[in-house]
Formats: sequence, C-alpha cells, structure tokens
Amino acid sequence: MILNNEQNKSNIILRVKNLSFYYGAFQALKNISLDIEANKVTAIIGPSGCGKSTLLRCFNRMNDLFSKSKLEGQIIFDDLDIYSQSIDPVLIRSKIGMVFQKPNPFPKSIYDNVAFGLRINGFAGNYDEEIERALIQSALWDEVKDRLKDNAYSLSGGQQQRLCIARALAIRPDVILLDEPTSALDPIGTVKIEDLVNVLKNDYTIIIVTHNMQQAARVSDKTAFLLSGEDRCGILIEYDYTKNIFSNPKMKETEDYITGRFS
Amino acid sequence: MSIDFKLNQNNLSRRKFIGIIFLAFCLLGVLVAMMGLISLLIQVILQGYEWVTPNLIFNYPSRHPEQAGLWAALIGTLYMMGLTALITVPTGVGAAIYLEEYAPKNWITSFIEINTSNLAGVPSIVYGLLGLSIFVYFLKLERSILAGSLTMSLLILPVLILASREAIKAVPRAHREAAFALGGDKWQVVKMAVLPNAFPGILTGVILALSRAIGEAAPMVAITALVYITFIPVTPMDRFTVMPIQIFNWISRPQDDFRGLAAGGIIVLLILLLSMNSVAVILRNKFQKRSEE
Repeated sequence: MILNNEQNKSNIILRVKNLSFYYGAFQALKNISLDIEANKVTAIIGPSGCGKSTLLRCFNRMNDLFSKSKLEGQIIFDDLDIYSQSIDPVLIRSKIGMVFQKPNPFPKSIYDNVAFGLRINGFAGNYDEEIERALIQSALWDEVKDRLKDNAYSLSGGQQQRLCIARALAIRPDVILLDEPTSALDPIGTVKIEDLVNVLKNDYTIIIVTHNMQQAARVSDKTAFLLSGEDRCGILIEYDYTKNIFSNPKMKETEDYITGRFS
Repeated sequence: MSIDFKLNQNNLSRRKFIGIIFLAFCLLGVLVAMMGLISLLIQVILQGYEWVTPNLIFNYPSRHPEQAGLWAALIGTLYMMGLTALITVPTGVGAAIYLEEYAPKNWITSFIEINTSNLAGVPSIVYGLLGLSIFVYFLKLERSILAGSLTMSLLILPVLILASREAIKAVPRAHREAAFALGGDKWQVVKMAVLPNAFPGILTGVILALSRAIGEAAPMVAITALVYITFIPVTPMDRFTVMPIQIFNWISRPQDDFRGLAAGGIIVLLILLLSMNSVAVILRNKFQKRSEE
C-alpha cells in the first residue's frame, strides 16, 4: 500500500499562478494558471502567435534575455518561486532544460556538444560515462558511439535534434521543455523523437509546444489549449487530460480548433 | 495542343540583353582594378628585382646605393607590428565584445558606435599628429617604438572593432540560446559559444587592420621623422624607422639607383605583407573548416 500513498501525494512539479507576460507595451499572455504534473507529458497547443512558445520560455526564464520583457504572477517549481529576486535564472536553467525548434548543435564534435552543459556547470565526475548515459537516453548512442569525435553537423537533422536532447539530458534536469521539436524534421525523424518522448517521461517531466494536433494527441498526457483573444494576447482556453480535450472538449473554441473549423 | 511561347520569348531576349550589359559593366570594373594592380606590380618588379639582394635586406642605410639596405627599417617594422598587435587585439576585441554583448542600448552606446565608424575614416596623418602630441610630447615617450605602436594602434582600432563586431553579430542566435538554456552565465556563453564561432571573422579583422598598419607611412613621418638609423631597436623605448619611410626617402632621392632600391624595398614590403596575410588566411581557414563541417 506504499505505492498508493506515493500516488496520493501531490505530483505537481510546476504551478503557474495568474501569469501575465509583456514584451514592452505588448501583452503576450494574460492571467494564465495551470499545474504541470511530474513525469507526465504536457502539450501546449494553439494557433500561431497565441503565445505557446512565450509561455514555454517563462518556465526556464529564457524570456529574461529580451531586455524589455515583464512578467506578472508566479511560477512555483517544487516549492521555489522561480521569479523571486533571490533566484538566479542560471540555476533554474540547469534544472529545467530546453530543446529548440530547429536543431542547434554547436559547431563542435558530438562528444563536446553533450559535454558542453557538464563543463559549464563544472561537473567533476566521469565525463565519458555521463555522455554515454545521455546519448543512450536520447536513443542516439548506437548511431554515434563509433564517431563521437565527428562534427555534430555531419549528423542528419533528426539525429542533430536527438543530440540536442542528449545535450539537455546530460546535466540531469528535472523538466525538459520542447519547443516544436519536430517542426524542422522529416516524418521518420519526427516518429523517433515522439517515441523518445514516451520513454523519457519515466525519468523527466516534459512540456512540449506543438502546432501539430496529432502530435499532441499521440505523445501527451495533458493538453493546454491557448488562443489569442482581444489585442492578440494569449489566454488559456482549456487545460485537461489529452483524451478529454480531443474527444470531449468543454469549450466551443477548443472543439472548433481541434476539428479544424478554426482558421 | 500547342503552347504559345511568343510573349515570353520577346521578353526573354530583352531580359537576357540587360543581363549581358550588366555582366559587361561588372567585368569592366574588375578589369580596371586588375589592370591598375598588375601594371603597378610589373613596373615595380621590373625596376626593382635586381636590387633585391642580401645587401638590401641585411645592410643599414648608406649614401652609396649599392651598399644601402633596409635592415633597420625591416626590424623596425616587424617590431612595431608585433607591439601594435599586442596592444590592438586585446583592446579591439574586448571593445567589440563589450559593445555587442554587454553595453546597454542607450544613447551613450549609439554615440560610441557612430564615432567608431567615423574614426575608421579619419586620414592617417591626423592620427600621426595626435600620437605626436599625446605619446611623444605629453606622455614623454619620445620618438620611440612604443609611441609609434600606440599611434598605429589608435589608427587601426576602429577597423578592428568594426570587423570584430560584425563577426560577433553574425553568430547565430540559436547558439547563444542553446548555451543559455544549458545553464551558462553571460561570460560562459560569450567564451564557449560566441567567441569560438566569431573567431574566423575576428581573425579577418586582425589581418585587415594589421595590413593597413604595415603600409602606413604618414603617421610614422610625424612620429619617427628619422631615416638614417644604423642600429637595431632593442627596447620599446628605442628610436626606430619603418619600411614605408625608408622607401619614401629613397624615392625622393635624385639618383636613379635609389629609385631602383626603392622598388626593391617595395618588393620586400609586399612579400612581407603577403606572407603575413597568408599565414592569417591559413589559420582562419583551419578554424572555419572546423566550425562548418
């Protein structure tokens, strides 16, 4: 019955509370609240320009890099308000990793790409072991184990994206943010990434932004649907288990969007 | 069914004609530039090849053309270029990194930016006079190699800063973001993701800047004002001369032999310049290949 107790414990790893986000005078997100469950895949879907990626970038404070951005509300990571004054975004980013839309390996060897985060964070253990673990976890090891010294750009697009996932996994984050990770890949590369997401959720919490609804339906446990309301400002329309969103949406906007009646 | 190409055909011949005219203009431009360069080279080589002897390279200046050489000027040039590079590269690249990566976007920064661009176009004699009044007289560095190198550094800094900034600006945003997303702080991102990427471009800037410095005579006229030097500079405080000044002096002599000597000096200067550039180009290509494979 220990198992049951474990399950009853709160499994929320990230809480978004009344989050609003501004680029200068433009409000990109309005009053968004949602809870992200640990070891689940949460998809964020919605039409272009609704603020999906902006919301995703709030989780690891990547939006701090834009000088005129402003955030209201809170994001609680475990017990930690990641936007409180005392928190250094650099630490947040080493616990909440990110993979981008286009594969962006560094112009270095495969090995050095995976080692990059370890070096930045001053890892003092066995690099070879950690790099092998990250590459195995990202399902790339068998394809690259004999050519770790090759330049990362000698890999195919899909392999490069899995290398970027390995690079993020190497520093052992708790959460991985995927920002439309397959939009630059062919169907085979896409399937491999989706399979990978299904495996990775055993060890990590995954939040994935996608404009491909089938993908959200295939890989995610929960889905958040965003829409830009008045003034092109993104609002959260519906957040529920993926099967409910796609089979029995509560909101008319959600139904319109997933059935393609939305233009 | 037949397809009517008639309309497209009329149009096509006109477009092709315009294309050919444009090509002719471009070729003419290349031709003019190449003719100038090649005739200059031929003239210099014809006039000077006999004079490129060990005497020219290893002798000190002399009244007798057959004994005159530019040993002091050659060493002076190499010494000054080395010192100039030591001063310019850290300061220039540092300034570029600051302006691109750290400087807040406000009016002071844009004021500095506009002035950097303008300074790159200031006539070199102005830098010579500036160096004369600041380094030689005010800081009492005398007419030393150090004063010359500092003056030359002022002259080429704007060129290097502009080129390095362009190189840093060209680093894909995705690489910066990737490094930040892995928990890098600002300095780590600059050091590990931006600079390795910008390095070939920065090296090109260094080549361009130093190539400009090696051939400049005007500012050195103001600083050294010396031609007849019969010793090799040892410390940075020694007096010195450089090759363009020695060559300028020889050209202005009445005897024909000295003009031949000057042409010989130009050949040596060109060889020096070309070998310096090719080393840098080889270095750059090596790094570029590594980052683009």
